[in-house]
Amino acid sequence: MFELSILVPAAINGLTTGAIYALVALGLTLIYGVLHIINFAHGSLLMVALYGVFFLHALVGIDPYLALLIVVPSGFAVGYALQRGVIGKASHGKDENILLVTLGLAIILDNLALFFWKADTRSIDTVYALATLDLGVAIVPVTKAVALGGALAIAGLLWLLMTRTDLGKAIRAVAKERQGASLVGIDVSHVFAMSFGIGTAVVGAAACLLLPGFYVSPQVGSTFVLVAFTVVVLGGMGSFAGALIGGLIIGVTESIGGLFLGESLGQIGIFVIFIAMLLLRPSGLLGHRA
Amino acid sequence: MKGRYGVWLGIVVFALVVACAPLLITSDRWLNFVVMSLFVAFLGQSWNVLGGYGGQFSFGHAAFFGTGAYMTAVLQIKLGVNAWAGFAAAGAGGAAVGGIVGFLSFRYGLRGSYFALVTLAFAEVLRIVANSVGFTGGGVGLLVPLKQTAENFQFTGKAGYLYVILALVVAGLVLAQWLERSRFGARLMAVRENEDAARALGVPAFATKMRAIALSGALAGLGGAFYVQYFLYIDPRIAYGPGISVEALLAPIVGGIGTIFGPVWGAVVLHGVGEAAKGLIGQIAGKDAIGLDQVFYGVLLIAIVLFMPQGFGGWLRRRTRRRGEGRDHA
Repeated sequence: MFELSILVPAAINGLTTGAIYALVALGLTLIYGVLHIINFAHGSLLMVALYGVFFLHALVGIDPYLALLIVVPSGFAVGYALQRGVIGKASHGKDENILLVTLGLAIILDNLALFFWKADTRSIDTVYALATLDLGVAIVPVTKAVALGGALAIAGLLWLLMTRTDLGKAIRAVAKERQGASLVGIDVSHVFAMSFGIGTAVVGAAACLLLPGFYVSPQVGSTFVLVAFTVVVLGGMGSFAGALIGGLIIGVTESIGGLFLGESLGQIGIFVIFIAMLLLRPSGLLGHRA
Repeated sequence: MKGRYGVWLGIVVFALVVACAPLLITSDRWLNFVVMSLFVAFLGQSWNVLGGYGGQFSFGHAAFFGTGAYMTAVLQIKLGVNAWAGFAAAGAGGAAVGGIVGFLSFRYGLRGSYFALVTLAFAEVLRIVANSVGFTGGGVGLLVPLKQTAENFQFTGKAGYLYVILALVVAGLVLAQWLERSRFGARLMAVRENEDAARALGVPAFATKMRAIALSGALAGLGGAFYVQYFLYIDPRIAYGPGISVEALLAPIVGGIGTIFGPVWGAVVLHGVGEAAKGLIGQIAGKDAIGLDQVFYGVLLIAIVLFMPQGFGGWLRRRTRRRGEGRDHA
């Protein structure tokens, strides 16, 4: 059997990967929680944001962490416009249509990226890219520790937004009861677009925190999208704390699974959790029962 | 009664016109175009049975397609079973996977987007398994040895394949027509419109959905077997990757969801306009315009959902009907 000296670093490594999954899932869970739609374009928007961070660094020389100031507002603008201009219009009141439109968006974005930037994998080189933290039992790259901290901070900010602001109150009202919210004077399509915008802004933040220790390619979105769904379902759709915990669990599962079953088969653990969760407790660990 | 004969007439005319294609078209490229369009139409009809008539949107039809494909390939290569027997086994395999996925998801009451997600996850699990175990050839895939005789479900020209897939498409059309007229079809559509109300009226919703997903899985499995015999190759990405799942749902949605000819219209529009776009893009942007034809698929999908929620077929029908009404008033 494996020694503890291998298991513990694997688990810690899994936690840092899990933080990245949590980052990606936070925006997705907000969008699902409010709009009750499954955003298939989420991974592709992440991919576009990653390219944004990459080119800001490669062409203008902006540090990825500094790029937060540019990428997050642009992410918000793109998300708001997409929901207002395309997704909201196409729904015709049916959730399935939104599923299809976001799928269409994902196909367009992925293949435009393939056309413009080819299938090459690109990464950036920073002074801190190889820096590590020695925790005694394991060595963690600084970039991944920052991502973990960022995930916690963003989850906290989202929680504050939802509980402490008027916008958060309006979002929760729309999520609970669309018609009632519109009867008391809430502009529902504005709230929808705000939620989609904020969700996409979070994707932008995730991209900034992710790229220093990661890479970007046109397919990177699709590698994330199913994992992000798994995290959201596991944690409970619409729950930020759930997304955090779910992300960490998935990260550790993948890491330990890879240790026992090998890289490729190790991924199966993620999907087994996903299917089991969907079947047995679709409301997730921390979600409310529907 | 007029509508009923109209559909049969449509099926017969469609079959005759397509059957003449090999006599008129000599270029392999265009015959291949017809075969692939028919293949997509058949795959779309498989999705249409479950998604269109049953309202259960599957995002993982590759799970059924890929199982059928591997079934045929593995039976032939490892066990020396005849390809036509493998073809039948592929249908049974697709139905079995459909039954398993359906039993688990419908037992636990998964609906709407949850069902879409769980089918996607099943296809992904199967892709990882096919990538990892030995008898599927792993990531390298399987090559079916060349034995070009009709007994081996291999033909020297494209025409043989065209007739096989045409027969499958026609069978799919007859099946859809049966769904629109039969008790089972009426129950299935009742479940689609309002499952709780249907159950309150005594429709056995679980059994109805189970039969629909098994039927849909069987058709997709046969499609997988056809694919293997046509290309003589299969690997985990082709079999279980998202490409096939998307293709299967695109055709009926573009053509008209829950309609008999929807998948055929969709295949014609997608492949016809897609081929034209590929040619045009190739001329403008040069040969390495990789990905642009897929972009076109995405744009088409969004445009159809935005402007033709009833699909191309529905839009066509409304247009002609409106013109007819206009003439009556004049």
